[in-house]
Amino acid sequence: MSTLTPQAPVKAQKPRGKLGDRLLFGYTWAVIIWLCLPIGVMILFGFNDYHGKYNTQWHGFTLKWYQHAFALPEVNNAMKASLIIAVISTVLATALGTLIGLALGRYRFKGQGFTNLVQFAAISSPEIVMGMSLLAFFVQLGFPLGYVTIIIAHVMFSLSFVAVTVRSRVLTLDRSVEEAAKDLGAGGWTTFRLVTLPMIMPGVTAGALLSFAISIDDFVVTNFTAGTVTTFPVDIYGLQGRGGIPAQVNVMGTFIFVGGLLLAAINALASRRRDA
Amino acid sequence: MTDTLPAIELVGIVKSFTSHGEIVQAVKGVDMKIAEGEFFSMLGPSGCGKTTTMRMIAGFDEPTAGEVYLHGNNVTGVPPNKRDVNMVFQSYALFPHMSVFENIAFGLNRKGIAKDEVTRRVGEMLDIVDLGGREKRKPKELSGGQQQRVALARALVNKPRALLLDEPLAALDLKLRQAMQVELKRIQREVGITFVFVTHDQGEALTMSDRIAVMSNGVVEQLGTPREIYERPATKFVAGFIGTSNLLSGTVSEVIDGHAVIAYGPEERVLVAVQNGQVIAGSEVELTVRPEKMELSANAPHGTDCAVRGTVTEVVYLGTSTNYNVRTSSGADVVVFTQNATSADDLAVRGDSIWLSWEPRHSYAIGAPS
Ligand SMILES: Nc1ncnc2c1ncn2[C@@H]1O[C@H](COP(=O)(O)OP(=O)(O)OP(=O)(O)O)[C@@H](O)[C@H]1O
Ligand SMILES: [Mg+2]
Repeated sequence: MSTLTPQAPVKAQKPRGKLGDRLLFGYTWAVIIWLCLPIGVMILFGFNDYHGKYNTQWHGFTLKWYQHAFALPEVNNAMKASLIIAVISTVLATALGTLIGLALGRYRFKGQGFTNLVQFAAISSPEIVMGMSLLAFFVQLGFPLGYVTIIIAHVMFSLSFVAVTVRSRVLTLDRSVEEAAKDLGAGGWTTFRLVTLPMIMPGVTAGALLSFAISIDDFVVTNFTAGTVTTFPVDIYGLQGRGGIPAQVNVMGTFIFVGGLLLAAINALASRRRDA
Repeated sequence: MTDTLPAIELVGIVKSFTSHGEIVQAVKGVDMKIAEGEFFSMLGPSGCGKTTTMRMIAGFDEPTAGEVYLHGNNVTGVPPNKRDVNMVFQSYALFPHMSVFENIAFGLNRKGIAKDEVTRRVGEMLDIVDLGGREKRKPKELSGGQQQRVALARALVNKPRALLLDEPLAALDLKLRQAMQVELKRIQREVGITFVFVTHDQGEALTMSDRIAVMSNGVVEQLGTPREIYERPATKFVAGFIGTSNLLSGTVSEVIDGHAVIAYGPEERVLVAVQNGQVIAGSEVELTVRPEKMELSANAPHGTDCAVRGTVTEVVYLGTSTNYNVRTSSGADVVVFTQNATSADDLAVRGDSIWLSWEPRHSYAIGAPS
């Protein structure tokens, strides 16, 4: 109809004004830089061509620290201790935490509320308190401090993280999928192995990665329960007190960081494949 | 009745749940025998206990009282993986991390069947459910109807003695649903397995089943063929739940030849068959008549034993048929369906005084034992 006035095309309304957008943009980047700067500095100073004790001023680029990455036996041993403790405590915490998460997400049982509460208490209680209580506990029992006590302590605080991530995954599962497996002739263990575990796997791996990460960089609790064992973070602290952190520490720190990134990337890829 | 063993037999099944300290009886004493090779439906409104009954047949829940027999064997207390029945879940419950092939092969692999035999049987099954060429896909990469067919294939490939289907079509849209109804019937004929089919859609139950158990509130209201249930509803609930039913009631004035006569006025009377001695003059009866059995006419009809007067309250033209809503002289609201094949004009318009008539064999007394 010719009498109709042509309508102006409706402009897509932006939810925020221009200024608001800019502020948000700036703020986002400020936070990202704030978070990444210390890591960036750590990585950068692993390439610092300095001489003497103090790796605090930039002198130029070098790869010599990477060539001699494992030249300091003390740091190597500490790193080895950290890795052993992290691997063992991650395996234990993942196995136990998965079972707890399954129970919490799946069943109603007496003391469930209390168990939940303890999980969150373990996550949120200050490390210094946990370290002190554990130390007091081990000393009372006359338990010798060392690898075993460190691992017990690490399992204790990692377990809750695994339990919580697994539980949240379990809550999203359709129970009838497991019932279908049973219906098709699978027994309890087969159902767990072939159906339940693959379905909660993202929660289990997330929990395991988290456990590994918090175990390998734990300082406070480890320091209380270590006895004569020196882990990587404890060793760095000691080196600092004895004057100067060698650049090898930066190199290993970079390795840990890159390793973490790789694991996270693999996990993300795997879960994308799963969901595709 | 032959004396072959029923595929499934439920005897006095009761199931109670405790929720929030209260005891809920989901199933209150169900008995049924399902014959070998039968397409048997459980039909009823939401919450009437259909799923609970089915879960007790499959073994996911144990009855509080009563027994479950599969081919004459008491399986009460036997876990689901040891029962020779398979279930198709309402949510399909496919294994999300496995391919279509792996899903269907799951049951065969549990039985330790040789690899090429598994491949052959899964292939056969894929053909039956028309999913050839899709065996490498994950369930997520399939449409709802395709997932439904994978779930069906996953159960059927095990050649169970009976297949339990819990509202397998509920999640599909109307068109796909109708296509799958035909498909399911075809597959059932092809494999010859007993199907127990749960639905709350009465049309679906009527078109697909050999027999139907109509359930309400944890009990079986009526068990019979679709025709029996449709034409001779045993209870008021069944009459109301299945199709549209007209409910009439009145006082019996006399009983002749096994028929109770209800006289509403001069020339207005309704006959309904009753069992001898069940009804006497003066007792109240309720009866149902299906809308398509009633005839509508402007003048008093001749030769039919059932006739009542009424006023048309609504006329709904539906193309091939017309529905008339009528209030009878005794105050009952009834519906009449007429085919539009012969007459070009409407038989009546709103407000017209008309007659309704039908044959006595189309009146069914409610509550009468069948
Ligand atoms: N695990 C349970 N705990 C408590 N009550 C339950 C449980 N399972 C079922 N019920 C109750 O039992 C009754 C019957 O449930 P059921 O699932 O058998 O109904 P249904 O006929 O399958 O209904 P729908 O058509 O909605 O699937 C309902 O009142 C339900 O609330
Ligand atoms: Mg149900």
